[in-house]
Amino acid sequence: MSKFLEVNNLSISFPTEDGVVKAVDNMSFSLEKGKTLGIVGESGSGKSVTSLAILGLHKGSTAEVSGEILIDGQDINAMAENDVRLLRGKVMSMIFQDALAALHPYYTVGNQIAEAYLVHNKVSKSEAKKRAIEMLDRVGIPEPQKRVDDYPHQFSGGMRQRAMIAMALSCNPSLLIADEPTTALDVTVQAQIIDLLRDLQKEFNTAIILITHDLGVVSETADDILLMYAGKAIEYGTVRDVLQKPQHPYGWGLLTSIPRLTGDPEKSLAAIPGTPPSLISVPSGCAFHPRCSYVKQVGTACSSSIPDLLPVSAGAHHLVRCHLDTAAREEIFRSQVAPKL
Amino acid sequence: MNSILKVEGLTKHFPGNKHSLFGKRDVVQAVDGISFEVAKGEAIGLVGESGCGKSTTGRLTTRLLEPTAGTIQFDGNDITHLSNAQMRPIRADLQIIFQDPYASLNPRHTVGTIVASPFRIGGVEPEGGTKKRVQELLEIVGLNPEHYNRYPHEFSGGQRQRIGIARALALRPKLIVADEPVSALDVSIQAQVINLLKDLQKQFDIAFIFIAHDLAVVRHFAQRVAVMYLGNIVEIADRDTLYSNPKHPYTKALLSAVPEVDPDAVGSRERIRLTGDVPNPINPPSGCRFRTRCWKAQDICASSAPALLQIGTSQVACHFPE
Amino acid sequence: MFNYLVRRILSGGVVLGIVSAIVFGIFYILPADPARLSCGKTCSEELILKIRHTLELDQTLPVQYGRYVKGIFVGRTYLKGSPAELKCSAPCLGYSFQTNQPVTQLLKDRLPATASIAFGASILWLLIGLSSGIISALRRGTWVDKLSQGVALGAASLQIYFVGLVLQFIFVNKLAWLPTPGYSSPLHYPLDWAKQMALPWITLAFLLSAIYSRLTRAGMIEIMGEDYVRTARAKGLGNRTIQFKHVLRGAITPIVTVFGLDLGGLLGGAVITEYVFNIPGLGKLSTDAVSNLDLPVITGTVIFSAFFIIVANILVDLLYAALDPKVRIQ
Ligand SMILES: Nc1ncnc2c1ncn2[C@@H]1O[C@H](COP(=O)(O)OP(=O)(O)O)[C@@H](O)[C@H]1O
Ligand SMILES: Nc1ncnc2c1ncn2[C@@H]1O[C@H](COP(=O)(O)OP(=O)(O)O)[C@@H](O)[C@H]1O
Ligand code: SF4
Ligand code: SF4
Ligand SMILES: [Mg+2]
Ligand SMILES: [Mg+2]
Repeated sequence: MSKFLEVNNLSISFPTEDGVVKAVDNMSFSLEKGKTLGIVGESGSGKSVTSLAILGLHKGSTAEVSGEILIDGQDINAMAENDVRLLRGKVMSMIFQDALAALHPYYTVGNQIAEAYLVHNKVSKSEAKKRAIEMLDRVGIPEPQKRVDDYPHQFSGGMRQRAMIAMALSCNPSLLIADEPTTALDVTVQAQIIDLLRDLQKEFNTAIILITHDLGVVSETADDILLMYAGKAIEYGTVRDVLQKPQHPYGWGLLTSIPRLTGDPEKSLAAIPGTPPSLISVPSGCAFHPRCSYVKQVGTACSSSIPDLLPVSAGAHHLVRCHLDTAAREEIFRSQVAPKL
Repeated sequence: MNSILKVEGLTKHFPGNKHSLFGKRDVVQAVDGISFEVAKGEAIGLVGESGCGKSTTGRLTTRLLEPTAGTIQFDGNDITHLSNAQMRPIRADLQIIFQDPYASLNPRHTVGTIVASPFRIGGVEPEGGTKKRVQELLEIVGLNPEHYNRYPHEFSGGQRQRIGIARALALRPKLIVADEPVSALDVSIQAQVINLLKDLQKQFDIAFIFIAHDLAVVRHFAQRVAVMYLGNIVEIADRDTLYSNPKHPYTKALLSAVPEVDPDAVGSRERIRLTGDVPNPINPPSGCRFRTRCWKAQDICASSAPALLQIGTSQVACHFPE
Repeated sequence: MFNYLVRRILSGGVVLGIVSAIVFGIFYILPADPARLSCGKTCSEELILKIRHTLELDQTLPVQYGRYVKGIFVGRTYLKGSPAELKCSAPCLGYSFQTNQPVTQLLKDRLPATASIAFGASILWLLIGLSSGIISALRRGTWVDKLSQGVALGAASLQIYFVGLVLQFIFVNKLAWLPTPGYSSPLHYPLDWAKQMALPWITLAFLLSAIYSRLTRAGMIEIMGEDYVRTARAKGLGNRTIQFKHVLRGAITPIVTVFGLDLGGLLGGAVITEYVFNIPGLGKLSTDAVSNLDLPVITGTVIFSAFFIIVANILVDLLYAALDPKVRIQ
């Protein structure tokens, strides 16, 4: 049986004056209903560009998108704008990092939620407003009958993100893409929003793509993780696999460089040297090689040929894009990485 | 305690909006009567959610803002109301680093000019010449000394933050206030900057006030941590006590809200979910400011504001500490 | 909001007071002697003195100004007690002895022509400017866009003199499709009114719609890049709803602001247009007054147009508040 969402060989590039930006390169992943995929990567690694492609939002722009994006078997990338439009909001919807900017400043919150409901449902305006109140109530806005007529700037940051969620879920979509939904929020509010998303997912069996750079947030919410670096998927597997037994040197670097609430705080963090590359001139071979400490063990392949995304061991669902062979990788992980986790 | 900085009853009220022609102007109680001390060479962390008054505290202690009330003693001198001119000699010892590495660097100045600015302003000629010293500083913060003549826009976010750090270090200050120095950086870069600051702190024995909203980041930097909520300090304790045995309900809630990276640890910790948002500092709740979100609140919490009292090794402002 | 309005009106009044005081001051120190000017060439010194007294020019500046302000609120009487007594009822903006009329009356007579030009042209330029701007923004990069923006760019660099005279030459002198521009009362001769006004309207609208077209296009394109427009697309809204409900609504505020100020400015006198087409409006009144050095009229027209500009500013701010909930609710 095929999965609800299947992305095959997705590549996205932007021709610009400075050259072609290869924002996403040959990405493949899939997702079932009721499950959450966390896409993790530093800023500029291509997370947002990927998610916009799933909603077909690059149509009509300069972006060149190739590959397949199958939702329930239909290829979004091959469909005409007008057909994709009918799916947006209804089958798949999206929430963004900056909810204040993502809501129209001149319309009430209720108006904007009702509008999302009205596009896909033949109902009266008053029924749509009722739906807006119901959704606001569902996402935990107190006194929804009153707040429905507020403008976005009258809401707090957390409430605005709740309103965005209410809007995105008003038509009961099967797929929700949340692009850094909690990055702009304080931790206590972030915790509320994460709980809310989890509850709603259980209730509606929604598939969720959660984009974040916060490994803690994916760990608490996702089933699978896709780790991105410079527009490519470099590691893909279950949360447990990727966070507990990471196999890519970049993943090692990330996991050992984040400050945590446990462990010895006096030990210095294992920082990754250097900076992420520009997507106009991605380093040859493995894009991570200028920052990688294991190039010596592999040799020239790191800078000359792009590694494939392959199972870490025969038959495994845990994929990694690195020239290190399985034995070397496991040895490094056991002796150098695991002690620092 | 042999303190470098001692703050007592420090308060900053900003003028807010005016609602009617002859009505009173709102008062934003950004910082309201906080007291703390920083020992020589100590790194103290200041955490809390956005808007709780961390930056205001940082700007008050470096006298970039005029306090409404309270006193600030720096290295034994009362600097609470010193004029800009009187502050100038003291600035050499008291530096600040900002969150946004780009906004805090003048885009039209070269890195050399930026890092040398404390020498110029302070009228100091370093031994061996300014250029040599600036290049040393660039090297110390991990930048290529040959980048002396480049401009800030040619650098990445992490490198810009290093430029800001080099500038703060120029006069070998006794205290650096670092206001969210790594919040704008990506994780892999964040670790580089934290390590750098920590090395510098140890190497030069500089005291730090490290401001951040990320509790895990603060834990890796500070030996003592103060938690702020809505303009008040609600708890101060040494790091290990604060993280393993928080006594203020807010500290506890804040810690429990930090998402756990290890999937096995998810769900093993106690989960406290605060409801609602932080109230408006224009009209904060009576008594304990946290009471509108506190699950332990009683009548007394609304009628009397708890003082910051010593409990064990911690200082806590709560009528019913853990 | 009410408080805000009161504050704005009070400060508008203060500004008007300052403007009038400055205008007054300037004319007081000006070397030209209004008494001599209104008397003509063959004039005895004795007569000049008498006129000076009549015009109350023999008083100090503060006294003159005080009487002037009083005249605005309660009216005033010139040559009190003499048989030639002149009553100038409130709001009295002075008396023009060159034309032997109260300035207020002159302004009243001339306002309809100016208002006709301003309102007619503004409707036209809004229609043309907005629609061509919207079409350009929607068809960005196509030949439609390039053509309309090219025309707009060219038009924006032209002058009313030039366009006005060329159009007049073509449509009046050569083709004779239109009568010579002028002013007839729209109440009595609506058709003549429209025909005579057509050229001024077209000329002004041609030039101003170029500015509005570019403003609208730039505003729409900027708003199209806003996050909330992406949200609107992500909701599945149709293109038309996105462009009109979301983009245009987001872009309209600065356009409304500029429009209010332009209209306010024009109502104070479409100076060049009226001059070019010889239309008896406020602008013509003031240019004539300047060439005759009819100081009371100049003062009156300046204060009158300052009044329109200030009122337009207040209205624009109110409109701003009506359009932007962030300003309205705070
Ligand atoms: N419209 C565009 N034109 C050119 N480059 C773009 C465009 N949108 C995104 N990019 C580039 O694509 C890369 C990936 O961006 P994005 O997906 O937004 O990263 P993130 O992982 O932070 O969400 C970045 O280098 C960005 O500059
Ligand atoms: N210049 C100012 N004028 C008015 N209010 C201010 C000003 N600066 C800060 N505030 C307010 O003071 C409070 C504390 O702000 P700040 O110290 O920046 O908090 P933090 O750094 O903890 O996020 C906030 O409510 C903020 O809106
Ligand atoms: S392929 Fe080479 S450079 Fe890339 S991650 Fe693996 S070892 Fe490092
Ligand atoms: S004083 Fe009361 S309301 Fe405040 S934190 Fe303690 S228990 Fe909670
Ligand atoms: Mg992004
Ligand atoms: Mg701050």
